[in-house]
Amino acid sequence: MADPAIEILGLTKDYHVGFLRKRARRSLDNLTLRVEEGEIFGFLGPNGAGKTTTIKLLMGLIFPTAGTARVRGRSIDDVRMHREIGYLPEQPYFYDYLSARELLDYYARFSGFGPAERRERVERFLARVGLSDAAELQLRKFSKGMLQRAGIAQAILHDPQVVFLDEPMSGLDPVGRREVRDIILELKRQGHTVFFSTHILSDAEMLCDRVAVLVGGKLRGVGSPDEIVSMEMAGMEILFEAREGRAISPRLLERATKTGDRYRIEVPETELYSALELLRSCDARILSMQPLRPTLEDYFLRLVDQNPPPSRPVEVSAR
Amino acid sequence: MSATASSSPMGAAIPGIVAVNTFREAIRDRILYNLIFFALVMIAAAVLVGQISIGIERIVIINLGLSAISVFGLVMAIFIGVGLVYKEMEKRTLYSLLAKPVRRWEFLAGKYAGLLLTLAANTSLMLLGLGAALLYVSRHFERADLSILVAAYFILLELALVTALALFFSCFSSPMLSALFTLGIYIVGVFAQDIRNIGLVTKNPALISATRTLYYLLPNFHNFNAIAAAAHGETIPGSLVAQNSLYTLLYVSLVLVAAAAIFSRRNLK
Amino acid sequence: MSVSRQNRLVWIALASAPVLLAAIAFLQIRIDEQTRSVAKQKEEVLLTSGPLLKKLSLGYDSLLADIYWTRVVQYYGGKLDMMDPHMDLLPALLDLTTTLDPKLIIAYRYGGIFLAERQPVGYGRPDLAAEFVRRGLAANPNEWRLDFDLGFIYFWQMRDYAKASAAFLDGSKIPGAPDWMASMAARMADRSKELENARALWSEIYRSTQSPKVKAMALARLTTLKVLMEEGWLNDEYQEYLRRFGRPPKSTEDLKTAGIIPGVPIDPAGFAYVFGPDGKARLDPRSPVVIEPLPEAPSAFPPH
Repeated sequence: MADPAIEILGLTKDYHVGFLRKRARRSLDNLTLRVEEGEIFGFLGPNGAGKTTTIKLLMGLIFPTAGTARVRGRSIDDVRMHREIGYLPEQPYFYDYLSARELLDYYARFSGFGPAERRERVERFLARVGLSDAAELQLRKFSKGMLQRAGIAQAILHDPQVVFLDEPMSGLDPVGRREVRDIILELKRQGHTVFFSTHILSDAEMLCDRVAVLVGGKLRGVGSPDEIVSMEMAGMEILFEAREGRAISPRLLERATKTGDRYRIEVPETELYSALELLRSCDARILSMQPLRPTLEDYFLRLVDQNPPPSRPVEVSAR
Repeated sequence: MSATASSSPMGAAIPGIVAVNTFREAIRDRILYNLIFFALVMIAAAVLVGQISIGIERIVIINLGLSAISVFGLVMAIFIGVGLVYKEMEKRTLYSLLAKPVRRWEFLAGKYAGLLLTLAANTSLMLLGLGAALLYVSRHFERADLSILVAAYFILLELALVTALALFFSCFSSPMLSALFTLGIYIVGVFAQDIRNIGLVTKNPALISATRTLYYLLPNFHNFNAIAAAAHGETIPGSLVAQNSLYTLLYVSLVLVAAAAIFSRRNLK
Repeated sequence: MSVSRQNRLVWIALASAPVLLAAIAFLQIRIDEQTRSVAKQKEEVLLTSGPLLKKLSLGYDSLLADIYWTRVVQYYGGKLDMMDPHMDLLPALLDLTTTLDPKLIIAYRYGGIFLAERQPVGYGRPDLAAEFVRRGLAANPNEWRLDFDLGFIYFWQMRDYAKASAAFLDGSKIPGAPDWMASMAARMADRSKELENARALWSEIYRSTQSPKVKAMALARLTTLKVLMEEGWLNDEYQEYLRRFGRPPKSTEDLKTAGIIPGVPIDPAGFAYVFGPDGKARLDPRSPVVIEPLPEAPSAFPPH
């Protein structure tokens, strides 16, 4: 099998806190993960789950307590690995005394392009992210969205094989988000691997071949978004009232929560019709019926519950 | 699949790239405006010196000029130096930079070289101002004035040392603390000889060896003081120039290597 | 806040700033007058330890020496202007200056003069002055001008011709010293040449100094010396006339008529010299020329 684009083995990171740095807070626990070449891989999780920690470990900004990782066969300790990667940090900040053009030119120099090629690339990628008009403007005057675009430009300017994007959509308006999505898709079309972290499920749904979910520093599940979509209809939420003089069936009552005069019940799809039957039988007044959208955590907790706690996180069929 | 850039710049090129950018930052930060202030001081001195003292116009201009170069340079070296690494860590501009094929020590070397370049440019321009004031006051240069250049070179060596120290602290300490430490070491370094002499005076063997060790450990800034000699037109021996240069080279290497060692294991927040 | 309100504030600020600044300046002037009238400014040299000051100057000692030198000049000049004979701080200031920069020749040169000259023109301690210049020589052995100064002090102020001669001799040996240093050394011992030697020395000082005050002092001395020399010469011719004619001349005209002198000598103001009742030549009482008596040989100096 070919080298995976990204291979993470048992990566762990402890932070030492407290007065004498005695207490260890584990922000990443034994992460093992594999991302294939050409994939768009989404790294999901709530805030503070350890997504940024993982990426920082891969970038060599912080050092692991345990475990290793490789990108395109090269260890993350190897500086040559960095030739093949691009990185957009979360909420990027750049040298505010430089203009956008100067910034890209500066970064481009580290990749060893000749002056002509450098100039050409800088202009091309400025245009690609829509910053051509603002190229001369000093970065200190850039809005958050413009900084984000500059960040993307510097991440892909040198055509890296693997691109790491930490919350690439943050700070962007809907137009900007669409443009970023287009860029990511184009990168995939060109054969690059994209690894991006986000806490917004819908973005991942739209773009990713596979996703991994990190909660509390632990990997909770890996799989394709198909599963997410198929589980979307996890059931229905029904709000109802008792009609004057009629009692609600006890089988409903034991699963309902009551607020004032109103009852709320969650019913899985398989039991939907029997619940409706019960409601009809006691002539309850149905106030609303809404599909239940599962939370991210719900979905993957469910994933974990379906299988006994494994020593390694579950991997459902890869695309 | 488009080709990735296959090569990275060779050898000293990467520190050079960082250095040029650091220099550019210093210029854009308007730090060189201190030159205007210096120019004003020198002009005022040149014009007034004849009124306030007789017979020592040249001496005063040279003393004032070189002392000002030294003080301005020190202030710049400390104030910019303590932020060199700290700012990049704090503002996280370092994140995108270290994702490139840049080794951490290359980054440090580049920051150092950039500030040193700035200081050298600043010093040179100030020297021109000093020369102009001297010309105004005495209408000619003397052969002995070459020692002014040597004295300025010594000041630059001093600044190189102070910058290295500031950079070192910048790798792990806030700018305020770094400035205090650096300034502290500078002052103690100026007094290094006296510390050793105090030890000798006590005649206590433990204190003598302790102060002597301290003397050799500390950077001895008094080595670099040639302002008085330049003012009186004395020649500064070439051997001293060579020794001071070597001393600086070695000491700076020591400090930078230590800084690199600390910085390369540092987890960036 | 509306734009017009903001603008108004700016205008108020601009208008009031100069008024306030002027008021502050006026107030400061009044405060200064108050403190001056309350107590005569205490004269102080806060730090009397030269070596300590040198250490504290963190390597900027030669600049600090220059600054202290300007203090010396201003202090001395101020005292002179106010005709205040008490220059108590002078030795301390000079000591600090030369400790900070032992190679500041000018401090020894002028300092020597300021210290040696009799009050109210100077500190009145030629012995201290000689010691001070010797210190300068120790730090700057190749500076022949300091030997000149030393010799001068011994000669002019202290009348110690042996030491004066020795100083000029030492100076003459330094490469770069002018030839007349050696001849000065030789002439020192000859007491009859006292006034001429003095005139040669003061001429050199007049020529080489850059200080207007010292130049003026030298000019005054040269004037005195010229008068004294002429008086001395006239006394000799008076005796000659007496010897020849058996009676004293009534005026210098008589001397000229008798062919003893070629012409009537006049003082720097243009008046002819006259002979006093004691038979000694002196200035015409109407002459505005003022001479100071030469320093006397010191027997002991009063401690300060």
